[in-house]
Amino acid sequence: MNQVANLTKGLLKENPVFVLLLGMCPTLGVTSSAANGLGMGLATTFVLVGSNVVVSLVKNQIPDKVRIPAFVVIIAAFVTIVELSMQAFVPALFDSLGLFIPLIVVNCIVLGRAEGFASKNSAFSSALDGLGMGLGFALALTILGTVREFLGNGSFFGMKFIQGDGILIFVLAPGAFIVLGYLIALINKLRKTA
Amino acid sequence: MEYILILISAIFVSNIVLSQFLGICPFLGVSGKVSTSIGMGAAVLFVMTIATMVTWLIQNYILVPFRITFLQTIFFILVIAALVQMVELILKKVSPPLYQALGIYLPLITTNCAVLGIAIQTVAKDFALLPGVVFAIANALGFSLAMIIFAGIREHLVLMKVPAGMKGVPIALVTAGILAMAFMGFSGLVK
Repeated sequence: MNQVANLTKGLLKENPVFVLLLGMCPTLGVTSSAANGLGMGLATTFVLVGSNVVVSLVKNQIPDKVRIPAFVVIIAAFVTIVELSMQAFVPALFDSLGLFIPLIVVNCIVLGRAEGFASKNSAFSSALDGLGMGLGFALALTILGTVREFLGNGSFFGMKFIQGDGILIFVLAPGAFIVLGYLIALINKLRKTA
Repeated sequence: MEYILILISAIFVSNIVLSQFLGICPFLGVSGKVSTSIGMGAAVLFVMTIATMVTWLIQNYILVPFRITFLQTIFFILVIAALVQMVELILKKVSPPLYQALGIYLPLITTNCAVLGIAIQTVAKDFALLPGVVFAIANALGFSLAMIIFAGIREHLVLMKVPAGMKGVPIALVTAGILAMAFMGFSGLVK
């Protein structure tokens, strides 16, 4: 039961973007389309699961004073793995996410989970926690990307179903802030009534 | 002339916060008051300039000659983390008043993606050392500018009547959106 909670809490109750407000840079920066949001979410999920597992395995070997730099090196190693594999296998997505792939390393969610959860729990719980948080992040990015793509481009995952242009402002920078603001307001409302 | 172009394009046209989405966490987190955002801006200016200089040297004198550029992410983040610690220690010793002013903001900067982002961009854009440093300073100034304007708006926002559901973060994000729209007016200024 407890393990199930580790997996599901990241999806809604402690959603990293909508509730904890972590990882805002990639959230706003890459969600000009649903596919970009999903790709970024999955890349972050991989890093989260990998770094959570390794951190929880080596947590007893690392002296307390240097734990943060040690965690950062572990995270950076997984980010490099993601970076190189994406460059090799999905070059188009790699190009459109650009700078935000290496920046996963400074995503507060990843270090936050390593420090806040994996350094205190078993490898299995940490893997589930990383998976849940990662998927919650991916879910939030996909929702944001879908709304922006729908309003700004009249399409869904690249499939166009409205002739002509959308409201361009939503795929540009200001749209990211405005859509996320309204989404958070909506989710606050839903959480209060639920 | 080249430097002036770099300055204008980094501060106004492609503002680091409002059009590139770097450094959003401090932008939303410590922008409650104008005075704290000035402190944060100064700390970022300080660290970003030094970090860009050091990472540029590492890229061109270590990573490229040894052909290990694929380790860029690991190298840069470690250097930045160590640098922030070092700056903190040196400031504490050399200039206590400056340490008092910037101290609390320095640890926060390690996880500020703006610093790593600008270090990577400077290298990716093939700047020489001096234009690279100017690029870093310009971006830090752009960060401070966006942050101080935003803090000024938020100080007034507290006094406004906001619909209950929009209070706090949602209205701040919508405000940031409108601010970003205003900055879009600068686009096309520099080709």
